[in-house]
Amino acid sequence: MSGRSVIHDTFRIDRRFEAKPARVFAAWAKPEAKARWFSCHDDWVTAAYTLDFRVGGRERLRIGPAGGTVHGFDGHYHDIVENQRIVYAYEMRLDARLISISLVTVLFEPDAKGTRLAFIEQGAFLDGYDDVAGRVHGTNAGLDKLKAELRRA
Amino acid sequence: MLNQSAPLDLMFQALGDPTRRVMVERLSRGPASVSELARPLAMSLSAVVQHLQVLEASGLVRSEKQGRVRTCRIEPAALKTAEQWIIERRANWERRLDRLADYLAEEGETPDKRRKR
Repeated sequence: MSGRSVIHDTFRIDRRFEAKPARVFAAWAKPEAKARWFSCHDDWVTAAYTLDFRVGGRERLRIGPAGGTVHGFDGHYHDIVENQRIVYAYEMRLDARLISISLVTVLFEPDAKGTRLAFIEQGAFLDGYDDVAGRVHGTNAGLDKLKAELRRA
Repeated sequence: MLNQSAPLDLMFQALGDPTRRVMVERLSRGPASVSELARPLAMSLSAVVQHLQVLEASGLVRSEKQGRVRTCRIEPAALKTAEQWIIERRANWERRLDRLADYLAEEGETPDKRRKR
């Protein structure tokens, strides 16, 4: 597991929210609002979070289990159309190690009662992420939630 | 499309169970016999074998019998697939968007608070 490699892939998530696009968009645009939901692990510690939401602005998150690996997110906003579209690029690091570079498009569309949101991530996933145990652990965190969701569906 | 998503569904199902995750985590540290896998689990050996069958069907785990002992090992190829990457990243985003929905619901219920800000 020492070779250099790059995997390219894309995924898309579609969601509906019971709120007008302006409210959903604001949850992405206002730092104090985004900080409320952006972390994906309840038990992780946020060491730093800043968001400068404008074209050319940056977003920075340092988060991880207490005393463990620091997960670093650094984003750069390329395109913002209020209440309609956000395009940003970001890189992810585990401590100093760069693990991925991605382009994200978030689309907001009004429907009868709320908002349809599409999240599309196109990524280059780098080598250096071959730690199977770590990966399984990371996957588990999200799968608990997903499982509950699948049961509901 | 079906051909791509079917193995993914199986992996999701396989990892969607806490017992099977314990088994995968144990195997990610090295091969183990069925009875070694069963030791920390509070269940019958036949229940463990059933979980093992689900893991094998998903492609995450392989096992082979030598004499009376069945040895299980993680299938690194399965865990190295691009899909595995995407599963994790996607699962994190599914989780975040759940939190966003919760946040919007909470915020919607307290309009007074919002006005004050």
